[in-house]
Amino acid sequence: MTEFLQQLINGLALGAIYALIALGYTMVYGVLRFINFAHGDVFMLGAFAGYYLSPVVNKFLPAQSYVGGALVLVLAMAICALLGVVIEFLAYRPLRSRPKLTVLITAIGVSLFIEYTCQHKSVFGAAPHKFPDLIPATTINFNGLVIGVNQIIVLVTTAVLLVALRFIVQKTRMGTAMRAVSFNEPAAALMGVNINSVISFTFGLGSALAGAGGILFAMNYASIDPLMGVQTGLKAFVAAVLGGIGNLPGAALGGLILGLLETFAGGIPGVSNYRDGIAFAILILILLLKPAGLLGKSTVEKV
Amino acid sequence: MLQIKNLTVSYGAINALKGISLSVQSGSIVTLIGSNGAGKTTTLKTISGLLKPKAGEIIYDGKNIAGLPPHEIVGRGLSHVPEGRMIFANLTVLENLQMGAYLVRDKKVVRRELEFVFATFPRLKEREQQIAGTLSGGEQQMLAIGRALMSQPKFLMLDEPSLGLAPLLVKTIFEKIVEINCERGLTILLVEQNANRALEVSRFGYVLETGNITLQGDSASLRQNPQVKSAYLGG
Repeated sequence: MTEFLQQLINGLALGAIYALIALGYTMVYGVLRFINFAHGDVFMLGAFAGYYLSPVVNKFLPAQSYVGGALVLVLAMAICALLGVVIEFLAYRPLRSRPKLTVLITAIGVSLFIEYTCQHKSVFGAAPHKFPDLIPATTINFNGLVIGVNQIIVLVTTAVLLVALRFIVQKTRMGTAMRAVSFNEPAAALMGVNINSVISFTFGLGSALAGAGGILFAMNYASIDPLMGVQTGLKAFVAAVLGGIGNLPGAALGGLILGLLETFAGGIPGVSNYRDGIAFAILILILLLKPAGLLGKSTVEKV
Repeated sequence: MLQIKNLTVSYGAINALKGISLSVQSGSIVTLIGSNGAGKTTTLKTISGLLKPKAGEIIYDGKNIAGLPPHEIVGRGLSHVPEGRMIFANLTVLENLQMGAYLVRDKKVVRRELEFVFATFPRLKEREQQIAGTLSGGEQQMLAIGRALMSQPKFLMLDEPSLGLAPLLVKTIFEKIVEINCERGLTILLVEQNANRALEVSRFGYVLETGNITLQGDSASLRQNPQVKSAYLGG
């Protein structure tokens, strides 16, 4: 039982990170109908932003403090939001009236560009970096159940961000505009919605969440490198498809399910070697059995 | 109020509008009739900014608005009820109307406009909380018009409001168009395939054929025109 609970917490913590990244994929898909394959790299840049920000923050706040950690998180999210907006502006906006395939291929190009630029020795370098401890590295022991404070932070932060996201999307003017654009872009434009600013906002919001995911991931796994976003990003993409691409609660749910499945599979002898393949097996199954995803609605073209 | 000069719009290599000119007097209803593919919808989409013109001017209130993005054009008081209505099918009737008032920041004004729309279309009031996608075709058309009115327009463009509606509903919709024009003093540019009705309610009309304006005149005289009669009024 203890082992089960332990794995449950591990799985939820991993799933929460997938969920944060998956939300960005699904939001961008909602307004632009394309998959931003560079999104996983924004996650990586979030982790590196934290890596470089932490010593700066430690100059005026005590090292390994919750306030300092929170500040690093917020700053890294802001940097990633800005990067997301810039990537959209430079790479995707000029292609707005081009076929979606052009934009998709460009996204792959942007992704490779970021990954290999960051591996250059004058940027981050290809070798893994040890991520600093942002908060005191302690564990809590409940009758043999050992939970890292890091894991609790991951779950709490994700929960707060999900609530904040829901508020933004459902209650604010910009959120309303986002939903309108995702239902019907020309109609939203005719209501007076500025499409370009909605798209920029969406990229900013999604990238901030990916940046948060990057920090939380680095806090738990300690080692970061410029290619860390490749596999995690792809898995988060699978999570978004699993939940139903374009559907926000679906992305969160898909992330949690994927995190749990991977973690539990990792605990089964003989299966554990295949844990990284599970996401892609799920992708194939979902595409075969329920292409719209768990919460997505299949759309029927009205003639 | 609105003057179009030599407007040319193309889809790739094909010119959908080949340099049309037309004008709409303040407070009037002007209609643009023509068959499928003549360029009627293209004209409205270009005025509202959904399409960018290749050449020509669109003068509204003394300023050239050609090529501006749609949200700026709505902000100047031009509202477009698009072909096929394009309501937000997943939102409720009320939410659709609130979307129409996206640029209106004053809550009091939004409430006042909402009351006006409900007074014009009592059916929408009855269906306030219903999901818009479940409305009948006629109700959806009322919602599309009501939503356009929520932005407090001075100039309203209607694209085929009678499309796919039963004759009785067509009559109601046209009555409402006249009512909105009279009571609000709203200038209306009406695009229609139902030329008979359109020429009945309008003051002036233009006939569009494959991207050119081939005829124009008082709606009353157009109805008597033998060419118009044979081509658009069923003999």
